[in-house]
Amino acid sequence: MNPQAAVPLTDAAFALCLALLLLAPLAIAGVALINTGLGRCRSAAQALLGNLAIVAVSAIVFALIGATLAGNLPSGPGGAGHILFVAGKPWNWLGEGSFLLGGLGAAPAQSQLALLFEFMAVAMAALIPWGSGADRLRLSAGCAIAAALAATVFPLLAHWVWAGGWLSALGVNFSLGAGFLDGGGAATVHVLGGLSALAVVWIAGPRKGKFPKEGLSTALPGHNAVYVLFGCLLALVGWLAWNVAGAVLWLHAPLSALPGTAVNTLLTASGALAATFAVTRFRFGKPDASLCANGWLAGLVASSACAGIVTPGESLFVGLVAGIATPLLVELLELALSIDDPSGAITVHAVGGLWGLLAAGIFAAQAGQLVAQLVGIATLLGLVLPLVYLLFWLLNRVVAFRVDADGERIGMDLHELGGGAYPEFVIHRDESYR
Amino acid sequence: MKYAGLLVMPAGFFLSVAALVLFPDPVSRTAFVVCGLAVECLGLVVAVRGHMLARGESRP
Repeated sequence: MNPQAAVPLTDAAFALCLALLLLAPLAIAGVALINTGLGRCRSAAQALLGNLAIVAVSAIVFALIGATLAGNLPSGPGGAGHILFVAGKPWNWLGEGSFLLGGLGAAPAQSQLALLFEFMAVAMAALIPWGSGADRLRLSAGCAIAAALAATVFPLLAHWVWAGGWLSALGVNFSLGAGFLDGGGAATVHVLGGLSALAVVWIAGPRKGKFPKEGLSTALPGHNAVYVLFGCLLALVGWLAWNVAGAVLWLHAPLSALPGTAVNTLLTASGALAATFAVTRFRFGKPDASLCANGWLAGLVASSACAGIVTPGESLFVGLVAGIATPLLVELLELALSIDDPSGAITVHAVGGLWGLLAAGIFAAQAGQLVAQLVGIATLLGLVLPLVYLLFWLLNRVVAFRVDADGERIGMDLHELGGGAYPEFVIHRDESYR
Repeated sequence: MKYAGLLVMPAGFFLSVAALVLFPDPVSRTAFVVCGLAVECLGLVVAVRGHMLARGESRP
């Protein structure tokens, strides 16, 4: 499907979009469950409380600061912003929205829905690095990371991609297809979250005992596969809502194209799960539950970029590639690159999202779309990653990311909350894993 | 080394963006955007290597 020109939303489209956006938090709930289940049992309560706190902090900070910079109110997508003129072309690089959501009720329907979409998106983006920092990231650090993302990087990216910024205008200014396309938030949510996860893991370092001085890395399996797999099912509902709502809002898809978007989302996730199932069955003799969950999620993430653009056959192919790459990359990151990422967020969200964005360019019908997607990917890797790293490096000087050695030894629940998630369980000490 | 890698990555980004302005021809433009991405990948590899060394020195 080619992206359509923007038209005002009909009442039916508005009602549908609003209903879908009210289902989108199920994706956030799913990722929160996955983050918790892939951590250790002695940090489970802290992990889930952290997910809640991050959603709250990101919403407050986005309302206070981020929404103004994202620039969806009151002028709406394509509205005014701070514009630089380079080589005779306008480069809209920063939004200029109303302060503290002023005029929300009087804004056009599409702007109100766009804002709601961005509230969900910023919560999801801030949640992703929390999973990667599991078992060593302090609650205050998680909240600080969420605040930093919601106030600075996310609004910038959201403006560039969704609110008439320079990436979305690549088609108008440089004849590159329809400009950078990101219907479901693959770039603004998932790649941003995944790259933030990489920065967090680099700055906080690995969990104690993960990489012993001798031998291979220690396996620290997630404590609850049921949370993880149920989280995947919840995530499917949320993702369907997210991708379909995004297709209406950002790709301006007609209502008749929406069932196709939903089918593509399901097919991409299904293809990815089937591929990961087969790869882990081949490599380990039995399918691996947590890697299959990661594969499923990687498929959903890839679908965020391309579900509204590709055909069902192409979406299945996108899912298969994501599903094959996920278990191999998780293994590569841990064994070869010594990156301790308990939730697999770097592979699932960053790599899955980048692959989806690339696939959207490859399979799009419009000439120049692939180059537009490549420019978007270059922005994410070349500008967003160093920016996020610098931001987190400075933040770590103010709010130490990592808990002290004693906290890590007794577990985050006891250290930060004073009580465990499962008080009747016997908690293993680190020594038992060596 | 890790900071050198992270500094190289924005250079790749600016190369990609400059290609949009400097090259109206689609082939040259695509080639330079891809070159920009290649520079970013190089920076990422250096950054990853830098972080591996830093972590290896402080293994518990």
